Amino acid sequence: MTLTIERPVETAAVPVPEPEVADKTDDLAKTKELVIVNWSGELDKVWPVLILSSTAAASGLRCRVFVTFWGLLPFVKDQKRIVGENWMQKMLTLMQRPGIDHLKLSKMNFLGMGPWMMGVLRKKYNVASPRELLEAATAMGVEFIPCQMTMDMFGLKREDLIAEMGEPAGAATAIEIMTEADASLFI
Amino acid sequence: MTIQISRQVDARGLSCPMPIVNTAQAIRAIGSGELIEVLATDPGSVKDFAAWSRTTGNELIEQSVGDGVFRFVLRRK
Repeated sequence: MTLTIERPVETAAVPVPEPEVADKTDDLAKTKELVIVNWSGELDKVWPVLILSSTAAASGLRCRVFVTFWGLLPFVKDQKRIVGENWMQKMLTLMQRPGIDHLKLSKMNFLGMGPWMMGVLRKKYNVASPRELLEAATAMGVEFIPCQMTMDMFGLKREDLIAEMGEPAGAATAIEIMTEADASLFI
Repeated sequence: MTIQISRQVDARGLSCPMPIVNTAQAIRAIGSGELIEVLATDPGSVKDFAAWSRTTGNELIEQSVGDGVFRFVLRRK
Protein backbone atom coordinates (compact mmCIF):
# COMPACT_ATOMS: atom_id res chain seq x y z
CA MET A 1 0.00 0.00 0.00
CA THR A 2 1.32 3.39 -0.84
CA LEU A 3 0.55 6.42 1.13
CA THR A 4 0.29 9.59 -0.80
CA ILE A 5 0.37 12.89 0.87
CA GLU A 6 -1.91 15.14 -1.07
CA ARG A 7 -0.51 18.44 0.02
CA PRO A 8 3.07 18.11 1.18
CA VAL A 9 3.84 20.50 3.98
CA GLU A 10 6.44 23.08 3.06
CA THR A 11 9.33 22.85 5.46
CA ALA A 12 12.53 24.79 5.59
CA ALA A 13 15.72 23.47 7.07
CA VAL A 14 16.18 24.55 10.68
CA PRO A 15 19.73 24.73 11.93
CA VAL A 16 20.35 22.51 14.91
CA PRO A 17 21.02 24.81 17.87
CA GLU A 18 24.29 24.64 19.72
CA PRO A 19 24.03 22.33 22.74
CA GLU A 20 23.27 24.27 25.93
CA VAL A 21 25.69 22.13 27.87
CA ALA A 22 29.39 22.38 27.24
CA ASP A 23 31.54 19.39 26.38
CA LYS A 24 31.41 16.95 29.27
CA THR A 25 34.83 15.41 28.66
CA ASP A 26 37.01 17.94 30.49
CA ASP A 27 35.19 17.83 33.80
CA LEU A 28 38.22 18.96 35.78
CA ALA A 29 38.57 22.27 34.04
CA LYS A 30 34.83 22.80 33.96
CA THR A 31 33.62 26.22 35.02
CA LYS A 32 31.15 26.04 37.89
CA GLU A 33 27.60 26.78 36.89
CA LEU A 34 24.57 28.20 38.62
CA VAL A 35 21.08 28.04 37.17
CA ILE A 36 18.21 30.02 38.65
CA VAL A 37 14.61 29.59 37.63
CA ASN A 38 13.05 32.99 38.12
CA TRP A 39 9.37 32.19 38.56
CA SER A 40 8.25 35.13 40.71
CA GLY A 41 7.58 38.67 39.64
CA GLU A 42 7.82 40.42 42.99
CA LEU A 43 10.48 42.82 44.18
CA ASP A 44 11.52 40.70 47.17
CA LYS A 45 12.08 37.67 44.93
CA VAL A 46 13.47 39.17 41.72
CA TRP A 47 15.92 41.19 43.80
CA PRO A 48 17.71 38.19 45.34
CA VAL A 49 17.72 36.51 41.91
CA LEU A 50 19.63 39.50 40.55
CA ILE A 51 21.93 39.69 43.59
CA LEU A 52 22.81 36.00 43.35
CA SER A 53 23.16 35.92 39.57
CA SER A 54 25.40 38.99 39.41
CA THR A 55 27.51 37.66 42.30
CA ALA A 56 27.77 34.27 40.62
CA ALA A 57 29.06 35.91 37.45
CA ALA A 58 31.40 38.05 39.55
CA SER A 59 32.71 34.85 41.14
CA GLY A 60 33.58 33.41 37.76
CA LEU A 61 30.61 31.07 37.47
CA ARG A 62 28.58 30.65 34.35
CA CYS A 63 25.13 31.78 35.40
CA ARG A 64 21.91 31.29 33.53
CA VAL A 65 18.47 32.46 34.61
CA PHE A 66 15.44 30.74 33.13
CA VAL A 67 12.67 33.30 33.28
CA THR A 68 9.15 31.94 33.47
CA PHE A 69 5.55 32.70 34.54
CA TRP A 70 5.21 35.83 36.72
CA GLY A 71 8.95 36.16 36.60
CA LEU A 72 8.86 37.18 32.96
CA LEU A 73 6.97 40.44 33.46
CA PRO A 74 9.83 42.28 35.22
CA PHE A 75 11.89 41.63 32.08
CA VAL A 76 9.42 43.42 29.82
CA LYS A 77 10.68 46.85 28.74
CA ASP A 78 9.90 49.43 31.41
CA GLN A 79 8.11 51.79 29.06
CA LYS A 80 5.57 49.10 28.17
CA ARG A 81 2.42 49.42 30.23
CA ILE A 82 -0.25 47.12 28.82
CA VAL A 83 1.04 44.24 26.71
CA GLY A 84 -0.65 41.23 25.18
CA GLU A 85 -2.88 40.51 22.26
CA ASN A 86 -6.28 39.94 23.85
CA TRP A 87 -8.19 41.45 26.77
CA MET A 88 -7.24 38.67 29.17
CA GLN A 89 -3.51 39.13 28.52
CA LYS A 90 -3.95 42.89 28.78
CA MET A 91 -5.79 42.50 32.11
CA LEU A 92 -2.84 40.50 33.36
CA THR A 93 -0.38 43.31 32.77
CA LEU A 94 -2.89 45.79 34.13
CA MET A 95 -2.83 43.82 37.39
CA GLN A 96 0.94 43.27 37.40
CA ARG A 97 2.68 46.23 35.83
CA PRO A 98 5.63 45.01 33.75
CA GLY A 99 9.17 46.34 34.01
CA ILE A 100 12.06 46.09 36.45
CA ASP A 101 11.23 49.45 38.06
CA HIS A 102 7.64 48.54 38.87
CA LEU A 103 7.84 45.59 41.20
CA LYS A 104 5.46 44.92 44.05
CA LEU A 105 6.26 43.16 47.31
CA SER A 106 5.00 39.63 47.92
CA LYS A 107 3.96 40.71 51.40
CA MET A 108 3.27 44.08 53.02
CA ASN A 109 2.69 45.71 49.65
CA PHE A 110 -0.02 48.04 51.09
CA LEU A 111 -0.99 49.50 47.72
CA GLY A 112 2.58 50.46 46.93
CA MET A 113 3.52 51.84 50.35
CA GLY A 114 5.71 48.79 50.98
CA PRO A 115 7.80 49.09 47.80
CA TRP A 116 8.05 52.85 48.33
CA MET A 117 9.45 52.36 51.85
CA MET A 118 11.75 49.64 50.52
CA GLY A 119 13.04 52.16 47.99
CA VAL A 120 13.67 54.75 50.72
CA LEU A 121 15.53 52.19 52.83
CA ARG A 122 17.47 50.99 49.81
CA LYS A 123 18.76 54.49 49.11
CA LYS A 124 19.46 55.19 52.78
CA TYR A 125 21.65 52.08 53.04
CA ASN A 126 23.08 52.41 49.53
CA VAL A 127 21.81 49.07 48.30
CA ALA A 128 21.88 48.55 44.53
CA SER A 129 18.46 48.63 42.88
CA PRO A 130 17.13 45.74 40.78
CA ARG A 131 17.82 47.86 37.69
CA GLU A 132 21.46 48.48 38.68
CA LEU A 133 21.90 44.80 39.47
CA LEU A 134 20.33 43.77 36.17
CA GLU A 135 22.77 46.03 34.34
CA ALA A 136 25.71 44.60 36.30
CA ALA A 137 24.49 41.05 35.75
CA THR A 138 24.15 41.41 31.99
CA ALA A 139 27.45 43.30 31.74
CA MET A 140 29.18 40.35 33.43
CA GLY A 141 27.58 37.80 31.17
CA VAL A 142 24.60 36.42 33.10
CA GLU A 143 22.38 34.81 30.49
CA PHE A 144 18.63 35.27 30.72
CA ILE A 145 16.48 32.71 28.92
CA PRO A 146 12.81 33.62 28.50
CA CYS A 147 10.26 30.82 28.59
CA GLN A 148 8.61 30.52 25.19
CA MET A 149 5.39 29.08 26.60
CA THR A 150 4.96 31.98 29.03
CA MET A 151 5.62 34.43 26.20
CA ASP A 152 2.87 32.77 24.16
CA MET A 153 0.43 32.61 27.03
CA PHE A 154 1.01 36.21 28.10
CA GLY A 155 1.05 37.44 24.49
CA LEU A 156 4.62 38.73 24.74
CA LYS A 157 6.85 39.17 21.72
CA ARG A 158 10.64 39.32 21.66
CA GLU A 159 10.46 43.09 21.14
CA ASP A 160 8.35 43.48 24.31
CA LEU A 161 11.22 42.05 26.35
CA ILE A 162 14.40 43.90 27.23
CA ALA A 163 17.21 43.52 24.71
CA GLU A 164 19.37 41.56 27.18
CA MET A 165 17.01 38.57 27.10
CA GLY A 166 18.40 35.63 25.18
CA GLU A 167 16.81 33.18 22.81
CA PRO A 168 13.49 31.83 24.17
CA ALA A 169 13.45 28.17 25.15
CA GLY A 170 11.31 25.60 26.89
CA ALA A 171 11.17 23.22 29.83
CA ALA A 172 13.56 20.67 28.31
CA THR A 173 16.23 23.36 28.06
CA ALA A 174 15.57 24.31 31.68
CA ILE A 175 15.92 20.68 32.75
CA GLU A 176 19.10 20.20 30.75
CA ILE A 177 20.85 23.25 32.17
CA MET A 178 19.61 22.55 35.71
CA THR A 179 20.84 18.97 35.75
CA GLU A 180 24.22 19.99 34.37
CA ALA A 181 24.69 22.92 36.75
CA ASP A 182 26.53 22.70 40.06
CA ALA A 183 23.60 24.37 41.78
CA SER A 184 20.12 25.30 40.70
CA LEU A 185 17.52 27.40 42.42
CA PHE A 186 13.81 27.97 41.89
CA ILE A 187 12.80 31.40 43.15
CA MET B 1 59.22 46.58 50.78
CA THR B 2 56.27 48.32 49.20
CA ILE B 3 53.76 46.41 47.17
CA GLN B 4 52.73 47.58 43.77
CA ILE B 5 48.96 48.12 43.50
CA SER B 6 47.75 48.12 39.91
CA ARG B 7 44.22 49.21 40.57
CA GLN B 8 41.98 50.41 43.36
CA VAL B 9 38.28 49.93 43.99
CA ASP B 10 36.48 52.31 46.30
CA ALA B 11 33.42 50.43 47.49
CA ARG B 12 32.97 52.49 50.66
CA GLY B 13 29.31 52.99 51.45
CA LEU B 14 28.16 50.26 49.09
CA SER B 15 26.12 47.28 50.25
CA CYS B 16 26.29 43.65 49.23
CA PRO B 17 26.86 42.55 46.49
CA MET B 18 28.31 45.70 44.91
CA PRO B 19 31.81 45.61 46.52
CA ILE B 20 32.30 42.13 45.02
CA VAL B 21 30.62 42.99 41.71
CA ASN B 22 32.72 46.14 41.26
CA THR B 23 35.91 44.29 42.22
CA ALA B 24 35.14 41.50 39.76
CA GLN B 25 34.70 44.04 36.99
CA ALA B 26 37.82 45.99 37.93
CA ILE B 27 40.08 42.94 38.25
CA ARG B 28 39.50 42.18 34.58
CA ALA B 29 41.50 45.27 33.72
CA ILE B 30 44.68 44.07 35.42
CA GLY B 31 47.02 41.32 34.40
CA SER B 32 47.53 37.96 36.03
CA GLY B 33 49.68 38.30 39.14
CA GLU B 34 48.93 41.99 39.54
CA LEU B 35 47.36 43.42 42.67
CA ILE B 36 44.07 45.15 43.31
CA GLU B 37 43.18 47.08 46.46
CA VAL B 38 39.59 47.33 47.66
CA LEU B 39 38.17 49.66 50.29
CA ALA B 40 34.78 48.76 51.73
CA THR B 41 32.62 49.62 54.70
CA ASP B 42 30.19 46.69 54.48
CA PRO B 43 31.03 44.45 57.48
CA GLY B 44 29.83 41.43 55.47
CA SER B 45 32.64 42.03 53.01
CA VAL B 46 35.16 40.41 55.38
CA LYS B 47 33.59 36.99 54.95
CA ASP B 48 32.58 37.73 51.36
CA PHE B 49 36.03 38.64 50.05
CA ALA B 50 37.48 35.50 51.66
CA ALA B 51 34.75 33.41 50.00
CA TRP B 52 35.15 35.21 46.68
CA SER B 53 38.88 34.61 46.81
CA ARG B 54 38.33 30.87 47.33
CA THR B 55 35.76 30.65 44.54
CA THR B 56 37.71 32.60 41.96
CA GLY B 57 41.26 31.69 42.92
CA ASN B 58 42.25 35.36 43.16
CA GLU B 59 44.43 35.25 46.23
CA LEU B 60 43.58 37.48 49.19
CA ILE B 61 47.05 38.51 50.28
CA GLU B 62 46.29 41.21 52.79
CA GLN B 63 43.39 42.56 54.79
CA SER B 64 43.11 45.20 57.45
CA VAL B 65 40.56 47.39 59.15
CA GLY B 66 40.72 50.92 60.42
CA ASP B 67 38.12 53.62 61.11
CA GLY B 68 35.35 51.31 59.96
CA VAL B 69 36.99 50.83 56.58
CA PHE B 70 38.03 47.40 55.47
CA ARG B 71 40.95 47.11 53.11
CA PHE B 72 41.60 44.06 50.96
CA VAL B 73 44.50 43.38 48.64
CA LEU B 74 44.01 40.61 46.11
CA ARG B 75 46.28 39.10 43.51
CA ARG B 76 44.68 38.24 40.21
CA LYS B 77 44.94 34.59 39.28
